Amino acid sequence: MYTLSSKLKIFSLILIIAGAIMVVSGFLSSHVSLEEVETMLVEEASHGDHAAHATDGHDSEHAEHVMHQIHNRPWAALYVAAFFFFMIALGVLAFYAIQYAAQAGWSPVLFRVMEGITAYVFPGAVIVVLIAVASGTIGHYNLFIWMDPEVVAHDEIIANKSGYLNLTGFIVRAVLFISGWVLYREFSRKFSLAQDTANDNSNFKKNFRISAGFLVFYIVTESIMSWDWIMSVDPHWFSTLFGWYVFASMFVSGITVIALITIYLKSKGLLEFVNDSHLHDLAKFMFGISIFWTYLWFSQFMLIWYSNIPEEVTYYVSRINDYKLPFFGMVVMNFIFPLLILMNSDYKRIPWFIVMAGIVILGGHYLDIFNMIMPATVGDRWYIGVPEIGSILLFAGLFILIVFNSISKAPLLAKGNPFIKESEHFHY
Amino acid sequence: MEAPSKVIHALYTDDDVLMAAVKKVKAARYHIEEVYTPFPVHGLDKAMGLAPTRIAITAFLYGCVGLAVSVIMMNYIMIEDWPQDIGGKPSFSYIENMPAFVPIMFELTVFFAAHLMVITFYLRSRMWPFKKAENPDVRTTDDHFLMEIAIKNNETELTSLLEETGAVEINIVDKEEAH
Repeated sequence: MYTLSSKLKIFSLILIIAGAIMVVSGFLSSHVSLEEVETMLVEEASHGDHAAHATDGHDSEHAEHVMHQIHNRPWAALYVAAFFFFMIALGVLAFYAIQYAAQAGWSPVLFRVMEGITAYVFPGAVIVVLIAVASGTIGHYNLFIWMDPEVVAHDEIIANKSGYLNLTGFIVRAVLFISGWVLYREFSRKFSLAQDTANDNSNFKKNFRISAGFLVFYIVTESIMSWDWIMSVDPHWFSTLFGWYVFASMFVSGITVIALITIYLKSKGLLEFVNDSHLHDLAKFMFGISIFWTYLWFSQFMLIWYSNIPEEVTYYVSRINDYKLPFFGMVVMNFIFPLLILMNSDYKRIPWFIVMAGIVILGGHYLDIFNMIMPATVGDRWYIGVPEIGSILLFAGLFILIVFNSISKAPLLAKGNPFIKESEHFHY
Repeated sequence: MEAPSKVIHALYTDDDVLMAAVKKVKAARYHIEEVYTPFPVHGLDKAMGLAPTRIAITAFLYGCVGLAVSVIMMNYIMIEDWPQDIGGKPSFSYIENMPAFVPIMFELTVFFAAHLMVITFYLRSRMWPFKKAENPDVRTTDDHFLMEIAIKNNETELTSLLEETGAVEINIVDKEEAH
């Protein structure tokens, strides 16, 4: 049995408070007026080689555009971090369901860690949706321009999509998705706990059935969720494999967090039944899904690059022109680094190697979400500064608090699982 | 190798019994020449004390060869010998058209690594076309496991040890020199 130490509790509360202060200051400092932006642009231009010619018309339009981008930044920073931590929990939920549906024999010793992480699905998803809805109601359409009736009225492409892309539909779909995920999570957790003291395998069988059903629901809703919550920030652009791409990101982040939390709990002398073969398997998944992510990242890029259709390539033009470092940096972090570090079989069993690879992978997948949201909201006015880091701290603190609190609520060994003996004796 | 040398063949009908036998024979400090099994037995190489396989290193090197071959081949075919306009981007530069070549670079890396690795494995296992089978007992291709140990004036001790390990049959045979 794990007990949430007061040290960890204080640590997560400090993260939340420090993060909240930075987020608030990010919002306050983003309130620049049009005049301030104009003087800023003139200053920027005078530093550059181009002579500043103050012809109004186009320039003031540009200044207004830049002002909106500056206003959007704290919203987008908050949204990226909120989505990143939510997607870790949802990725783990899918991984957990796969273990049940496949009747995997190696993983039941890790079930309580996974169940702890999936406790964050509900709060995480609600926060993401609340930020999205708030940006389109109390905010000034800072994330989704299709929520702005002014924009829709003057944009034929978005107007044609408004049967799907409208605030009511967005909320209805979000409620449907979240209730499905949370229902599965609560029931599987309930059956898993009930199985500990049961005399037969009926709870396990129920879990097997609902897991198989959930996976079907999940892959459909995850895909639609990725269009709604991410792809629609660029409402003119679409990619047919976007759902898969986001899935790869959430899956590898989720598995990485399972490995990191397992190593943390082991370092506290708990999870004595988890051996290095279990870590080896998690690291194999981290390695394999990192390659899978790269495959989808490249597939999406190559098809758009090859066909060279203007409304599609703008997506990559803005990323390669304005986001060169995060865009290619994430390929190094998500592919090249884990490929080299985790290729050797022996290294996948060494905890500090997994931790090192895991931290880089998580950083890389934060950047992945960053690259999805930021170009559409803040354009070239991006930076990883106070609002971004503050948002990460805020949600990291919340994530740690909720996850470890949930892990402390149940015994760490799912001792009633019919595969638990096989899992305990698992060796490579 | 002095010819003709005598070897002892111990046959087993279960892989778990075989594994226990191998450990016992190793613990008694005998050298196991070879074990013939109808299917791969997990952990047998470690129990026999075989050196770790180096096939992974060859796989990496063969992959590098495949990658190099694909780059040189496509650069010659698509850029130099008959310049191709790829996707309406007539730059005739390998690096600028690289995204189009990545799938082939990947496939040839895998192709070379996989095929050359199999060929290496066959050669290293001394298996090539028209080779006479080394397999001493055809039952090892069906449901028997065979352990081969060289005899050096210790026939009786070895036989009694192998009997203890649960061998179903123990034969002493002359081993011919030539394979």
